[in-house]
Amino acid sequence: MRHAIGLAVGPATFRVGSAWRAPIDQLRRLYAGYPAVDPDRQVPDFTVRLQPARPWRRFVRPSIFIGGDHWLAEAAPMALAHGLLAAEMGMNLQMALGWRRHLLLHAASVERDGRAIVLTGESGSGKSTLAAQLGERGWRLMGDEFALLDLANGMVHPFPRLVSLKNRSIDVVTADLPPGRLGPRLDGTAKGSIRHLVPAPDAIARMREPAMPALLLFPRFGFAAARRIVEPGEAFVRLTEASTNYVALGEAGFGALTRFVTRVPALALDYPDGDAAIAAVEALWAGMA
Amino acid sequence: MSARLIVAALVDPAACGAFSARQWTALLTAARAERLLGTLALRLDGMAVPADVAPILADARLDARRERRQALWEADRAVAALAPVGIVPVLLKGSAFAAAGMLAGQGRAIGDLDILVPRDRLDDAEAALRAAGWEWVKPDPYDDAYYRRWMHELPPLIHAGRDRMIDVHHTILPLTARRRPDAAAMLADAVSLGTGAAVPRIDDMLCHAAAHLLADGDMAGGLRNLWDIHCLIVEHGGAAGFWPALAARAARHQLGAPVRRAVRLAHRLFGTAAPADWLRGGMLDGPFAARLFCREGWGLEARPVLRLGFYLRSHLLRMPPAMLARHLWTKWRKDHRPAG
Repeated sequence: MRHAIGLAVGPATFRVGSAWRAPIDQLRRLYAGYPAVDPDRQVPDFTVRLQPARPWRRFVRPSIFIGGDHWLAEAAPMALAHGLLAAEMGMNLQMALGWRRHLLLHAASVERDGRAIVLTGESGSGKSTLAAQLGERGWRLMGDEFALLDLANGMVHPFPRLVSLKNRSIDVVTADLPPGRLGPRLDGTAKGSIRHLVPAPDAIARMREPAMPALLLFPRFGFAAARRIVEPGEAFVRLTEASTNYVALGEAGFGALTRFVTRVPALALDYPDGDAAIAAVEALWAGMA
Repeated sequence: MSARLIVAALVDPAACGAFSARQWTALLTAARAERLLGTLALRLDGMAVPADVAPILADARLDARRERRQALWEADRAVAALAPVGIVPVLLKGSAFAAAGMLAGQGRAIGDLDILVPRDRLDDAEAALRAAGWEWVKPDPYDDAYYRRWMHELPPLIHAGRDRMIDVHHTILPLTARRRPDAAAMLADAVSLGTGAAVPRIDDMLCHAAAHLLADGDMAGGLRNLWDIHCLIVEHGGAAGFWPALAARAARHQLGAPVRRAVRLAHRLFGTAAPADWLRGGMLDGPFAARLFCREGWGLEARPVLRLGFYLRSHLLRMPPAMLARHLWTKWRKDHRPAG
C-alpha cells in the first residue's frame, strides 16, 4: 500500500494501508496521542486496507473498498471524502470478526474510582453520546463501541478508539471542545453526518488499564425517564446478541458472560435527553457508593 | 512475493527464527489471506516466536480448533439426516481430512461441508436434507437450473438453524468439463469411518485435490490445495505400490496430467518427495508456480495479467467456448436488468 500507519488502541494493534494519502494523514493527526506501532519492530494484530473498489477507481471518482484480514464482500464502497470513516470501520471490523482475547461486547464503558459502567444497546440508543459526555465530565471514557471482557478475571478492558458522533449528538457533545480533538465533519454517510472525537488525554494515557465492572446499563434515548431492573437471564441473552465473538470463544465466552451477568447489577434506563441521562447515571452511582 | 514466506515457513518452521518484524507481518497477513494461518500456527506450535506474534498464532489455533469441531458436527448432522434414506455420505476435502485424523487436516480452514453421494440418489439426498432443515440459497431459477443441468453438485444448501452450507456433489468436476472423473469408482471404493460417514481412498483424495487445483477454477487460494497434496503424499507416499496405484487411478479419472503437475508443483514448492519419473517434464509449470506465489504482504494478489490469464483458463476448462458465451450473455443480461 502506498500510504500506511501503525497504531494501537487498547490491547489491539493495527496497520492501516491506503491507496490514497488523505485518510492516513487524518488518522495521523487524530491518533497522534496514541502509541505508534513501528513496522520495523512490531507485528500488528490486524491489517486494514483502504483499496480502490476497481483499479481505475484510485483516480476516477475514487471509491474505497474496505479490505483487510477480515472483510465483508457485500460492504458498499465508500467515497474518498469518507476515508477516515472507512478506516475506522475497517478497524472495527477487524475487532468484531477477529478479536479472540476477550469477550467483545458491543458496548460503551466509562470508569471512575477503578469501577466501570458498561452501557449497551442498539445503534441509536445513545450509548456513544452518553459515554462521550460522561468522558468530559469526570469519568474516564474506556470506549464508545467495544467493551472487552476479560475471560479470566471478569475485568473490562478499554478500547478507546475515536468516538464516532452522529447527527444531532455532534453539536451536543462538541460544543465546548477544541478543534484539535475533532475530525472533519463527514456529511452524507450511510448513517448521516458523522464527526470523530479524540477521547480526553487520560482515556488514551490509561488505555491499557482495565476496571472491574460495577453496573450494566441498557440506555434508551428519547423516552420518558424510567428505570427497570434487568434480570441476569435477560441480560445474558441481550449481551450474546451484542457480542460478535461469543460463539467463536465457545466455553470461555460462556463462562465470562455468565460471571458478568451474575455479578454485575443491570438496569434498563430510559431517558428523554442527555442531561437527564447524565443526572440519572450520577444518581445511580452515588447510590452505589 | 510474500507467498514465498508462507512456503518457507511451512517447509521449515525454524526458518522463521530469522524473520524481521516486517517479514512476520507479511507472512501472517499473506497466510491469512491464503487461508493457511491455522495450518501455519499448528506448524509453529511450541516454537519460540516474537512476543507480539505468539498471541496471533494462539488465536489462529483457537479458530482452527473451533472450525474443526464445527466441521465434524456438520458432518455428523449430514450423516444423521441421510441415514433414514440409506445414504452414506462420502466426506470430501477438509471435512474428510479432519474426520479421518489426517496430517492435511491439522489447522486447516474448513468452510462448507462437501459430500459426495451417488448421482441416482441425489433426489433422495436433497429431500432428506431439506427435511432436516437445509434450505436453498440460490433462489434464481437460471442459477438453479444451471446447477442441476451442468454442475457436479446440487445448488448449495444452508442449514436454517446453524447457518452452515453443504455442497452435495455427485462427481468432482462440472459436467461441462472435458475430463470425466469416475465418481462411481470413488463411491464404491470409499473407506468407511465407522461413524456413518466415509472418506475417499487416499489416491482419490489426491486426484480430487489435483482436479480442484488445476482442472477447475482460477487457482486463487491454490496454495492451500497444494499443501493438502503435500501432506497426503508425506503421510502415504512411502506405502508400497502407492505411486503405480496413483497413476492408474488418475488415468481412470482422466486426471493423469493434473495429478502429475500437482505432484511436480508440490515438489517444486514444498520439496515433496516423489519418484524421479513423476518429476520429469514440467516445462510449462512455471506460470502455475508463479500463480501460486501472487499473494503479497498486504494480503492482496499481485500480477493482474497473470491472474487474468488463469481466470480465462478456468472458464475454458469449465465449458466449451460457445456454451461459455451463452452463459456469460445470460448472466450479463440478468445483472444489468433495470431495477423494478
